[in-house]
Amino acid sequence: MKAVYINSVGSISSQKTFDNSSFLDEIISYDDNIILAVDPNYKDYISPANSRRMAKGVKMGVVASKIALNEANLDTVDAIITGTGMGCLKDSKKFLSAIIDNDEQFLTPTSFIQSTHNTVGGQIALGLQCKGYNFTYVHASISFESAVLDAKLMLENNEANTVLVGGVDEIEDYTCSLHKLVNHIKKEKVNSTDLLYSKTEGAVFSEGANFFVLSNLKQDSSYAQIVAISTYNTLKTNITDVANTFLKENNLNIEAIDLLVLGNNGDVTYDRFYNELSSGIFENTQQVYYKHLCGEFNTASSFGVWLASKILKTQKLPEAVKLNDIQGSNYKTILLYNQYRGENHSFTLLRRC
Amino acid sequence: MDDLKQELKENIVEQLNLEDIAVEDIDDNDMLFGDGLGLDSIDALELIVMLDKNYGIKLTDPKEGRAIFESIDVMAKYIFENRTK
Amino acid sequence: MSKGIAITGMGIISSIGNNVEENYRSLIEGKTGISRISKIKTLHKDHIMVGEIAFTNQELEQQIGLTPDNNYSRTALLGVTAAKQAIQNAGISNINKYKTGLISATSVGGMDKTEAYYHDYFENKATQKYIAGHHAGDSTQKIAEQLGIEQSLVTTISTACSSAANAIMLGARLIKSGQLDRVIVGGSDCLSKFTINGFKTLMILSDTYNTPFDENRKGLNLGEAAAFLVLESDKVVQTESKTVLAYVKGYGNANDAYHQTASSENGDGATLAMQKALKVAELSSSDIDYINAHGTATGNNDLSEGQAILRVFDKGVPDFSSTKAYTGHTLAAAGAIEAVYSVLALQNNVVYPNLNFKTQMKEFSMTPQLELKEKELHTVLSNSLGFGGNCSTIIFSKKQ
Repeated sequence: MKAVYINSVGSISSQKTFDNSSFLDEIISYDDNIILAVDPNYKDYISPANSRRMAKGVKMGVVASKIALNEANLDTVDAIITGTGMGCLKDSKKFLSAIIDNDEQFLTPTSFIQSTHNTVGGQIALGLQCKGYNFTYVHASISFESAVLDAKLMLENNEANTVLVGGVDEIEDYTCSLHKLVNHIKKEKVNSTDLLYSKTEGAVFSEGANFFVLSNLKQDSSYAQIVAISTYNTLKTNITDVANTFLKENNLNIEAIDLLVLGNNGDVTYDRFYNELSSGIFENTQQVYYKHLCGEFNTASSFGVWLASKILKTQKLPEAVKLNDIQGSNYKTILLYNQYRGENHSFTLLRRC
Repeated sequence: MDDLKQELKENIVEQLNLEDIAVEDIDDNDMLFGDGLGLDSIDALELIVMLDKNYGIKLTDPKEGRAIFESIDVMAKYIFENRTK
Repeated sequence: MSKGIAITGMGIISSIGNNVEENYRSLIEGKTGISRISKIKTLHKDHIMVGEIAFTNQELEQQIGLTPDNNYSRTALLGVTAAKQAIQNAGISNINKYKTGLISATSVGGMDKTEAYYHDYFENKATQKYIAGHHAGDSTQKIAEQLGIEQSLVTTISTACSSAANAIMLGARLIKSGQLDRVIVGGSDCLSKFTINGFKTLMILSDTYNTPFDENRKGLNLGEAAAFLVLESDKVVQTESKTVLAYVKGYGNANDAYHQTASSENGDGATLAMQKALKVAELSSSDIDYINAHGTATGNNDLSEGQAILRVFDKGVPDFSSTKAYTGHTLAAAGAIEAVYSVLALQNNVVYPNLNFKTQMKEFSMTPQLELKEKELHTVLSNSLGFGGNCSTIIFSKKQ
């Protein structure tokens, strides 16, 4: 079985992450319950003729993938695998409201066409003229992890040498208003730095796209090796047991983990899963979090992988992400854990390469 | 007729989101599809809805659109002769 | 590592039957499930025909044993119904005895509820339970719960009309690589105003019975359905002395990279998908006994797919037919529906007739199988082609 590497990254998030030469040098602080991605100049990457039908999510996905491809110095890849929890919300909403508001009359096809979950993957393929394998995973908070798992399977078994993998989700107003109704979005505005102390239900919603070129060929510029990834629809017992089993499967003990990257989103009901690990078996491990920077969305964990990749490559750890006082220096092995509303848990293990 | 042509150009640019094309740049005889404005089959479907909604002309077969949407000139003539509103 | 990918159970609900046996009977009797729409109030009711499942949501809920406070979309109800049948058919009593995953496919997800309660959500608190069920992964989570699959690999694929074929493909690869011992794969999509109006705007909905591969085809009929298959490794088959219905022998996915919705005229994507599947199966095109075509009866699909079939089967096209005239196009579920039909074809050594065909297409001299044909089948190839250029092929075989 071949090893799998992260050879390049491309990130569009509510921080200014689209420039690969910097790494959270300046932090944008928010005081809100819905935050948006910081837009790069999309026109630098997509011609007006090609972008005229694209909603923000598609643009973010296409541009993040181009940033990643540019960094890997590739014109195309063997496969494109996308994760998106909610899909193309803006166009879905546009078409749905047109159906209802116009009583099924005078409807035009563009928003329907663009509403399909695999629009981002399809548009990337179209732009690259990439006729290879093209999958889209749409399973809530493990959409991105499913894409990585698939890519890893392909690369390990030599079904492909380069795979573009990414997670993308966009903010849409109607959907947000629904999620506010059921308290999945926090009722009140929260300052980024206070997110974990809000003690209220729900999360701060956001959007973004994080794409990566994965390969079974290591380059000097590679960020990290993806050692293992596992997803769990539910928990039978508790997250500590699952973490222990995951480490054991990979012949590692707690001490081997140099850094734990957690997906805490400040939801008073569900952060207990993270807290169980951070104050339990990983009590003496350095810990970081990131959803105060990028917000919560179904593929927010792809920002976590971006963060961990950057830390492994630069060996720098931005002050703003620190969750505890433990100071590490030599980052070799990073474990990531994420879940959303107590379901769809995932562990991802990255190693310096 | 000139007003109708102007209206069509404005609607096409707006409806089809042709950000990089200015209304004044569209010549009455420019090809709308292919080498001209570069419209495609999805745009043709959008234009069919526009005919229905704005001028009360119903096309049932998308293939009919190809000839009608050749240029602004051809389209305006067709609408002028067939409009019901 | 598992050499073989055995299919040991199947379940299905479609407009031509509520289980595997009923579906098979309809197929061999040439009985279509296409009718006027009755369960969705739509302005287009007299201008479209659909493949609708007779059961109401309430009837499905009762059969599954759900309490009235459930928040299942119709997609989830159909999915649970088919997946439970598959588990039972495979004789599985303890689902967690082996490392078992679930991979489902959907494009509609919970849209049926979102469109029904679009405004009500803000006024009627009782409807708000459906909000969290909108996303595509929700029906899969519910199917997993109903099957008792816990703490495992459960995910959802949505690549438009090729989705379920891709779920089968991922499942096969997970078994082959040894990551799972057993995986339930398939898909579910219910009818919705959203898809009806969507396809209507594309002007590819037929106002009458769809006619795959016919010169005068007028477009597709939408359908609703769910189907699931149980895939098991050699180890499970041996340990449990399992009866194997058929094997997943090959699979291939490629992108047409031509247009967001339309397929290329020369069928590049479909050609690549079929070629890849043959390569994985280590078969040549002449080994294929029957092609269960995607054949949606749109002008564009049947031309593109036909060209691709001619390119791949350059030494002679085997018997082929589309079963869309029976079920309608069941979107994300289609690949799983047709996987069940392909396995049934292998088991019973039959080629299903392509209903409603009258006139050969002028672009090529290919006529689908028009009568029920009995012949020894060893391998069946099934295509699923979708928006976003997504093209998939699965090859099923009698022997490993």
